[in-house]
Amino acid sequence: MAWGEFKDTAAERRLFQRRALVMLGLVVVLFGILIGRFYQLQVIEHETYTTISDRNRVQVRSVPPTRGLIYDRNGTLIAENRPVFSVTLVPERVGNMDATLERLQALLTISEEDVERFRRRLQEPRRPFQELPLHYDLTEQEIASMAVHRHELPGVEVSAELVRHYPFGELNSHALGYVGRVNREELQRIDPVNYAGTNYIGKSGVERVYEETLHGRVGYEHVETNARGRTLRVLERENPVPGEDLVLHLDMRLQQRAFELLEGRRGAIVAIDPRDGGIIALASVPGFDANQFVTGISVDNYRALSESRDKPLFNRALRGQYPPGSTIKPMLLMAGLDSGTVTRETTIWDPGYYQINDKGRRYRDWKRGGHGWVDGRRAVAESCDIYFYDLGVEMGVDVMHQYLSGFGFGMDATLDVGGALPGLLPSRDWKRGMRNEPWYTGDSVNMSIGQGFFLATPMQLATATLVVANRGGWVQPRMLKDVRGDTPLDDVLPPETMEDLTVDNHDDWEFVVDSMEDVMHGPRGTARGAAEGADYRMAGKTGTAQVFSLAEDEEYDAEEIRERLRDHALFVGFAPVDDPRIVVSVIVENGGSGSGTAAPVARAMFDAWLQMQDSEPTVISQAGEAQP
Amino acid sequence: MMGRAASVQASSGLQRPASLWHRLHIDPLLLLLLALVAGGGLIVLYSGADASMAAVRAQAIRFGVAFAALFIFAQLDPAVYRRWSPWLYVAGMAGLVAVLVVGVGAKGAQRWLALPGLPRFQPSEIMKLVVPMMAAWYLSRQYLPPRFRHVVIAVGLVLLPMGLIIQQPDLGTSLLVGAAGMFVVFFAGLSWKLITGFFALLGVAAPLMWHFVMRDYQKQRVLTLLDPQSDPLGAGWNIIQSTTAIGSGGWSGKGWLQGTQSHLEFLPESHTDFIVAVLAEEFGFLGLATLLAAYTLIILRCLYIAANAQDSFSRLLAGALTMTFFVYIVVNIGMVSGLLPVVGVPLPLISYGGTSIVTLMSAFGVLMAIHTHRRMITA
Repeated sequence: MAWGEFKDTAAERRLFQRRALVMLGLVVVLFGILIGRFYQLQVIEHETYTTISDRNRVQVRSVPPTRGLIYDRNGTLIAENRPVFSVTLVPERVGNMDATLERLQALLTISEEDVERFRRRLQEPRRPFQELPLHYDLTEQEIASMAVHRHELPGVEVSAELVRHYPFGELNSHALGYVGRVNREELQRIDPVNYAGTNYIGKSGVERVYEETLHGRVGYEHVETNARGRTLRVLERENPVPGEDLVLHLDMRLQQRAFELLEGRRGAIVAIDPRDGGIIALASVPGFDANQFVTGISVDNYRALSESRDKPLFNRALRGQYPPGSTIKPMLLMAGLDSGTVTRETTIWDPGYYQINDKGRRYRDWKRGGHGWVDGRRAVAESCDIYFYDLGVEMGVDVMHQYLSGFGFGMDATLDVGGALPGLLPSRDWKRGMRNEPWYTGDSVNMSIGQGFFLATPMQLATATLVVANRGGWVQPRMLKDVRGDTPLDDVLPPETMEDLTVDNHDDWEFVVDSMEDVMHGPRGTARGAAEGADYRMAGKTGTAQVFSLAEDEEYDAEEIRERLRDHALFVGFAPVDDPRIVVSVIVENGGSGSGTAAPVARAMFDAWLQMQDSEPTVISQAGEAQP
Repeated sequence: MMGRAASVQASSGLQRPASLWHRLHIDPLLLLLLALVAGGGLIVLYSGADASMAAVRAQAIRFGVAFAALFIFAQLDPAVYRRWSPWLYVAGMAGLVAVLVVGVGAKGAQRWLALPGLPRFQPSEIMKLVVPMMAAWYLSRQYLPPRFRHVVIAVGLVLLPMGLIIQQPDLGTSLLVGAAGMFVVFFAGLSWKLITGFFALLGVAAPLMWHFVMRDYQKQRVLTLLDPQSDPLGAGWNIIQSTTAIGSGGWSGKGWLQGTQSHLEFLPESHTDFIVAVLAEEFGFLGLATLLAAYTLIILRCLYIAANAQDSFSRLLAGALTMTFFVYIVVNIGMVSGLLPVVGVPLPLISYGGTSIVTLMSAFGVLMAIHTHRRMITA
């Protein structure tokens, strides 16, 4: 011990021990503070931190409801939900990205476009462990091959999503409408809570009108997630309420028949059961495959559709506004009779032309030389223009407007088809408002044969004919027949607003119906050829809508005019006469004459429907017997 | 009891017949306490490392190495430590300088020295032992309590390596090294006037430090402590998640392996610096209190050893090493529970990680050496 010898070791030891006691005190104080801190966190504020901790790990996730299915009247499925499988990758779990992509390209048919898009997304900032889609809509074969090889591909997953599918493709595109991805505008309209997990929304037609019923109510899932947002387990689940299944009045067999009848043409057929207003066929030809629009149509395909001269995207049945031509003559006859302008016995002389006064313009009849003496019944049967020129001028625009409104012209009288246009029923006020011109007598002349300003859709023509078939009784056209579920039909079907068209003498209806029966069965009926061989009686009215008007003395030669400039062929009718079960309106664009082109189509629809009514309802296979 | 009583009787003679523990230079009580905490730590670690047996195995191997180091350090006579202190200090300083010149490391900090023929090591880690040794060597040569001049020199001996370590930069280690040295000065009998003056100076110097010494990330840590919610997804994340883990544990915890904060990866560093949050979440307030009780017993035993050491060097060194251990605990737990800014200090005996466990056990080895090499000069 070279040093410390002279030190007071005992005093140093005491000094140290005092200091050690001080340090012991420090230990007690600081540990006391720590204990106090933990007591504060764990005992006093325990509740608060439990809440924070639960909020950390538990996430509420919405579970989208399954969209309701749509059936035709016979139970044929016409809108279903198909699982669509896509390949997604979690980059963090993929070992070698290049090798994985190469392997996937060997297994599946993945386009370079898909791969490029994927690589682009890979570069963008994103949440870790987020799934990135690579390839959509796998075929069955691809799903199978993914199932076999999945274990070799870490981080690659096949995910499923239910997507709307229309088994009949273009047959129903205009009748049903379709769904598509929710867009920004719709996002502002919809209930964000209920649509929290929904990607698709009804864009048009029935899909749009009954969106609320079809959609259902969103469900919730409380899931435990880790800090990276990966779901570990489901803690609690409130199941979504699936959308309700709808049954439509549509009969797919008749719908198919309608497409067959218009094959290779442009036109529309609307068929309604006048007993309940159910739309049993609604065809606009050509159609398009709505399935393309569901997941998003490619730019090229969309351009092809929208730029096609045949306008497949155009819903002719509901939105095609054509001059109704002679098809409105029965309704005008009714107006003439009930307003007292003419009686059933009133006859006029038809020299082949009509003049408002001696010096006026000559309005020509379609038949050169005229029909001679005609009464109202013959005027409809033979479609005498002169009778109606005279009637129209005598009645005046106000009376015509009043009665034609009663038949549903100039308005959308449908209940639930969605997107139907109102056409144009001209009036004195309309002309003043739109054109700042008075109503001329010549306007009444044009209006009386469904030309001039007058425009109507095939749906409106069928509806007006339905009112005639029902002898003034209104049932507004509708798609929805039934809801398969708890909701009563009346809760979702919009209420009727049209009032029956009552006339002073109810027998006048029979007179008008008789005149339409003569069109089909009379010796000089314009469509008598179309009624040949029928074992039932039918009523109808032909019409032609001029695509361009002829000058006063010009001759009309269909052969010389290019096909696209030919008149539209129109026909309205119903059958059987005494117990109407089907009302049909037909338009064949540039079809030439109503009697030659449109009437046989209607006849075929009558035949098909009446025969179906006598046989058992059948479900059509969904294998897509759709028309090309 | 009988054997012990016999040995006590025998010790009244010239030489105390050494028990097996004494011959091994091991203090059984301290060893038992250390083993208990280390064993409990492995259980918490298994959970904190997300039920990874591999982590537990690796940690157990480190404990094996560390206990071996303890055993070796326990064999040396304190006089040896005292004689070697200046040379170790010079070597350590050289190492610190070398680290700054040729050191290797990651994340913008140079802490490691890779000398040919030696395993990679951190000179700063060794300084946790060497700096208190040096201070104790110097002060034990003086009359105690020390004069002001000696205090200045001793403090200088401490500040020099501290400054070098801060340059790496490694705030946590430099604080521990500094604390170890300062405790020696305190135990030596630093006058209360100077202590009061020091803290007064610190109060004045703090704002100056803030502006001229502290780096931005260090300032950020202090600001985050004061208001973690100001940046909940960034700097505040750690502290929010750890207090949430602790608070949600409640009185008795969520149960082993049931901690959602740690197992769902909300709690960062759950098996290293923030492991006490895992303990508090899964074993609750009772678990934390138990741990602190065990630590208190270890500190009590060590202070007892220090108080009974036979010479000033041993006393000062033992006292300083004990208090360094205490500082580890306070800084780590204070940081995790949101009382102190985030400083990279592991929880002794429990946090996953290599170097500090070995240093720590070596320090306990030195304590045991001090205790078991006492000469029984009775009567």
